[in-house]
Amino acid sequence: MSNRYSNLFAKLDQNAEGGFIPFVTIADPDLETSYEIIKTLIDAGADALELGIPFSDPIADGPTIQAANIRALDNPIRTQDCLDLIRRIRDEYPDTPIGLLLYSNLVLAKGIEQFYQLCNDAGVDSVLVADVPVRESKPFRLAAEKANIDAVFIVPPNVRDETLRQVASYSRGYTYLLSRSGVTGAESQAEMPADAMIKTMKAYHAAPPILGFGISTPKQVASAIAAGAKGAISGSAVVKIIENNLNDKQTMLSELAAFVRDMKAATKR
Amino acid sequence: MSQKKTLDPYFGEYGGMFVPELFVPALEQLEQAYINAIDDDAFIKEFNHLLKDYAGRPTPLTLCRNLTKGTNTKIYLKREDLLHGGAHKTNQVLGQALLTKRMGKTRVIAETGAGQHGVATALACALLGLEARIYMGAKDIERQQPNVFRMELMGAKVIPVTAGSGTLKDAVNEAMRDWASSYDDSHYLLGTAAGPHPFPTIVRDFQKMIGEEAKQQILEQEGQLPDAVIACVGGGSNAIGMFNDFIPEDGVQLIGVEPGGKGIETGEHGAALAVLDLGIDSKGILHGAYTHIMQTEDGEIEESYSISAGLDYPAVGPQHAHLKSIGRANYVAINDDEALEAFQTLAKREGIIPALESSHALAYALKLAKADPEKHQVLLVNLSGRGDKDLTHVHSVLTEMGDK
Repeated sequence: MSNRYSNLFAKLDQNAEGGFIPFVTIADPDLETSYEIIKTLIDAGADALELGIPFSDPIADGPTIQAANIRALDNPIRTQDCLDLIRRIRDEYPDTPIGLLLYSNLVLAKGIEQFYQLCNDAGVDSVLVADVPVRESKPFRLAAEKANIDAVFIVPPNVRDETLRQVASYSRGYTYLLSRSGVTGAESQAEMPADAMIKTMKAYHAAPPILGFGISTPKQVASAIAAGAKGAISGSAVVKIIENNLNDKQTMLSELAAFVRDMKAATKR
Repeated sequence: MSQKKTLDPYFGEYGGMFVPELFVPALEQLEQAYINAIDDDAFIKEFNHLLKDYAGRPTPLTLCRNLTKGTNTKIYLKREDLLHGGAHKTNQVLGQALLTKRMGKTRVIAETGAGQHGVATALACALLGLEARIYMGAKDIERQQPNVFRMELMGAKVIPVTAGSGTLKDAVNEAMRDWASSYDDSHYLLGTAAGPHPFPTIVRDFQKMIGEEAKQQILEQEGQLPDAVIACVGGGSNAIGMFNDFIPEDGVQLIGVEPGGKGIETGEHGAALAVLDLGIDSKGILHGAYTHIMQTEDGEIEESYSISAGLDYPAVGPQHAHLKSIGRANYVAINDDEALEAFQTLAKREGIIPALESSHALAYALKLAKADPEKHQVLLVNLSGRGDKDLTHVHSVLTEMGDK
């Protein structure tokens, strides 16, 4: 296990702020632009990255991220291309935590153990498999541990106590707390506050909670941090900027930078 | 804490519940509701009452009079085409709709390919006072217009899905996305014996009367068990419903017929299991289950193809994958042209217009009869649905072929 997440959370605590983590789909709209997008996000102040490997059938994602998956796959793109791109980012940014968010069939296609090993080779810190709940997670967790990768699990708003306890004991690096039910997307807003859930997670000694789903404004970031989250993830709002500027890379990159700066500024306690 | 009774989520190595954590409570709630329901005489009584007096069970078993003349093969058809709604789908939908009421939910979400599951869902929801939202691929809406109108007549809302290939796979994706935010008051009424646990088990159990009836009927009419039981397989609900009671009968061959499309060697098909015989090993996870699927080397899901919308699906129910792996059932492919021919042959020779889906099963039975005309054999074919919904589509395909 790398200690990039724990180092990050220690530093954020020291500065009395939370973390801002943008999500993008790798290779959206193409590999080279994606590389520039990711560099822009980090340079503008992203504390960590959440990256998706494109998948044909992203059932946990709303229309914006679905479209990003389709744009990326149209290149066409292979899983190894995505990992190679992460390797380039890792070499330039040795301290930024990088999380992967993807679907189980991409993991299975490589072989579970082999996949986590490839992630380690690429410099990935954590892997969240969107369609593997804790009850099916054993082979994935074991392979992650063996390859020194943090396995991240999700706490949905309807979580049962028994599942919450399991997530608390299995999730490494951080815990992905869903702000609401549904699929990803800025179409429906995060439902705050998450205070009660965060308190319970703390009592169960869960890895630091990061809030995601429906987070598109600095105000939402501020209230996530105020509720006790250690950070906030914003995906569809970031991807929307890419989608809106497909023919104008410079505007795309400058709008992304501005968005990250605004969101990051809202993480001050 | 107390040990709750649960069901085995796996069939051998296949199955499981590979869904976002958010879905797990709703699936576990469904599992518990099902376990309680089948222990409740009142539930079973109401289900059987609806099957008999509303849907028209038992369905007949028909011996074909003309189809196999000149051979020693007898073909019996299990007439699910005569069930209310026009296909076997109605059986399990009634069961799940009753479970929906039992869970106190008021809305139903469903996906549909050929529209048969959508029609069955719409009729059950009309009957039981539930609201129905049915996701259907845009391409399927085009080739199954009459069924779209049927659903709407019965008060269901049909939502076109344009993502991906605009077929069943994409309709399932959208239905799952809807369910992700509506599980509190909505039941996802999955239409086949696939998807995450507990659906493959529940759907099989609510379809298994097909095989139970057929077994009894063929013993009465023929005085023996059939040599082979043949059913078409998309997701696999009519086939597993037909097979289930025959699984312990070692002398009875079980044959699942998958859509060969333009030929399984072309890649344009929906035969997730039959391709194993070409040496293509295709295990993976789609829509919540570990099973055999059509995919690229990297695990991206491939688009299936079939003339029949109801079989146009790139995965197969996990129990079929299991039956294949232990050698208990065989899976073969019938291509578009062979299915079309069987569709017309049954109409001409027996006065029965079968669904294009069921035509695949029949085509394989006819192939067996033709391959060995001398052989004395009794074949039991599940005629899972009727072909009214396919008339426009078949008409245009035949016209096009005639023009060439």
